[in-house]
Amino acid sequence: MLTPVLLFTLLGGLFGLGLGWAARRFRVESDPVVDRIDAILPQTQCGQCNFPGCRPYAEAIAAGEAPINQCPPGGEAGIRALADLLGVEPLPLNPECGEEKPRRVAVIDESVCIGCTLCIQACPVDAILGAPKLMHTVIGAECTGCDLCLPPCPVDCIAMVPAAHAASGWAWPRPDLTRVPAGSR
Amino acid sequence: MQPDPIQTAKLAGTRLYHFHGGLRLRHNKQVSCELPIARAALPECVYVPLMQHSGQEAEPTVAAGQKVLKGEVIGRCDHAGGGWVHAPTSGTVNAIARHPISHPSGLDGVCVLVEPDGLDQWTALQPIADWRDAEPAELRELINGAGIVGLGGGVFPTGRKIEEASRRGIHTLILNGAECEPYISCDEMLMREQPASIILGAQILQRAIGADRTVIAIEDQMGAVYQALARAVAATDATAIDIVKVTTLYPEGGEKQLIQVLTGLETPSGGRPTDLGLLCQNVATATAVARAVVEGKALVERIVTVTGSGVRRPRNLAAAIGTPISDLVEQCGGYAEGAARLVLGGPMMGYSLASDANPVIKAANCILVLTENDIQPPQPEMPCIRCGECARVCPALLQPQQLHVTVRNGFWDDTIEAGLADCIECGCCDYVCPSHIPLVDWFRHGKSELRRVAAERAGAENARRRYEAREARLARLKQERRQRMQEKKQALGDQRAKQERIEAAVERARSRRRNET
Repeated sequence: MLTPVLLFTLLGGLFGLGLGWAARRFRVESDPVVDRIDAILPQTQCGQCNFPGCRPYAEAIAAGEAPINQCPPGGEAGIRALADLLGVEPLPLNPECGEEKPRRVAVIDESVCIGCTLCIQACPVDAILGAPKLMHTVIGAECTGCDLCLPPCPVDCIAMVPAAHAASGWAWPRPDLTRVPAGSR
Repeated sequence: MQPDPIQTAKLAGTRLYHFHGGLRLRHNKQVSCELPIARAALPECVYVPLMQHSGQEAEPTVAAGQKVLKGEVIGRCDHAGGGWVHAPTSGTVNAIARHPISHPSGLDGVCVLVEPDGLDQWTALQPIADWRDAEPAELRELINGAGIVGLGGGVFPTGRKIEEASRRGIHTLILNGAECEPYISCDEMLMREQPASIILGAQILQRAIGADRTVIAIEDQMGAVYQALARAVAATDATAIDIVKVTTLYPEGGEKQLIQVLTGLETPSGGRPTDLGLLCQNVATATAVARAVVEGKALVERIVTVTGSGVRRPRNLAAAIGTPISDLVEQCGGYAEGAARLVLGGPMMGYSLASDANPVIKAANCILVLTENDIQPPQPEMPCIRCGECARVCPALLQPQQLHVTVRNGFWDDTIEAGLADCIECGCCDYVCPSHIPLVDWFRHGKSELRRVAAERAGAENARRRYEAREARLARLKQERRQRMQEKKQALGDQRAKQERIEAAVERARSRRRNET
């Protein structure tokens, strides 16, 4: 009776020491979960999730302080990817944060712009060019469509327009959406 | 690359190999082969799309009202995958405007509208007098400037393709004359009627890429073609040109399938034939190369098969790029009764056009007009029953039933893993599917979705970089401001101490003076 008890205590102790040593020796420095969550988020930096940017939201998700359904630009696909990564059930998008919309870009009406630089300061990705008292303009390719430049504009000269459609950027549609009901072939 | 003796022996045509799957289809080519190739009349206005290649639209280099000569550059595109566009005839540029282009989307594209003056006068031609003495790099430059793209349907700029090939080292040039899609006969007619120009193009291409030999692959049922080509080869001093008949089996004219048939080698997934030391070009591309080098003429026309039971007199036409399709159908006797669908390309890989006002583009090998009788009545799509027929016929050795599931559900990582990029969209799986699932439509959708997802990821990565750079800049500015404040404060403090020292010294001096008195 005593021998097995002693034996297993000894073995348990040894394994415990081994694991403890390995945990210190092979320690991973950063928190890769945050990076992986951040990689799924669309990097719009729009703040609709009630965090100041994608990275802080990723940190909050990783710490279990925020649910995964607060990112409207990421949409259903983003929520599903997060759910897959974290091994939780997907949730419907929280309507308080906004709704999923196709990507848009900001356009400044240059004849109305007074050159106040407020939108430049609001843009999280430096996609607006301009100088005080000179007209501003949006670099369309860099704009993430976050809407953050809209509220500070004193003359309401910024509009959000759908990203351009050209034949080169055209995508084959889903067959089940374009076909006559029940398919035609 | 040194010619591999084993591969060279394989390519001699002594032995042919097989690719997986494939279909035997009814050919339907005879109807359009009965009449010789005719030159299509110039239309009242040509609509030359500025996007006739993969990638971005070319930039127009002419303005409305300007006179242009045939072969003059009217659009330039120097991006990777882009090509130059030339005026197909002499005349006046009416406008540069949006017009429906021949594209599966049915969207408009920017076109240069040229009104022909009827003279069809060429611009100053700059041929290479003796291509045998020309530097290969010079030949490649000329081919690039002539706006030549792969005329088999890939429309990848030939200049860039051979540029890459010459860097990689190529031992064998394969000229693809195995036109496997039903109805299409433009390459067959070209080989019958202009074999000398194909052989000349082969010799020039061979020199431009530094290959040792050329293999021209044709289908075994193209009877007259073999003799025509063989006679043309015998008439030249060309030595290293072989003509190989391959078994007619759709899609043996696909680049990777043809290479497998000729060599038994598989092009690696995600790789190119250049990885095997091979380069594949369409026979029509070879004639375009010959014309560009020997005559200095840019690619401004192509041979188009106008066929199908919806056309009265099917035949092949040499048409100027930009000619409206309706003009070509008109010159083939017009639409027959019951014409119901207009397809650009063949019945397997082509796509329907909404209107016959669309212009002929460099990729347009066939205009197929189908009647109600040709078109199968719509069949309801049924669930996949996992019969595996699609996998049995797939020439790319994929599992279409599996790919369909991953694309339909948007499992993009699984889709990449399952090899969607290797799908050649030949339509074999579609053809045999007993549940009438539009598999190729799904795969085309999946491919554009994969491109979109990749672009989105790249965009997010870019936004993240810019956001982080901005955060770092703001933090740095804040830090610098704080430091400046501190320095100022310190400087102020220093000044006060100095003042105090001066005052103390003055005070000391004063008191000393007071003591002295």
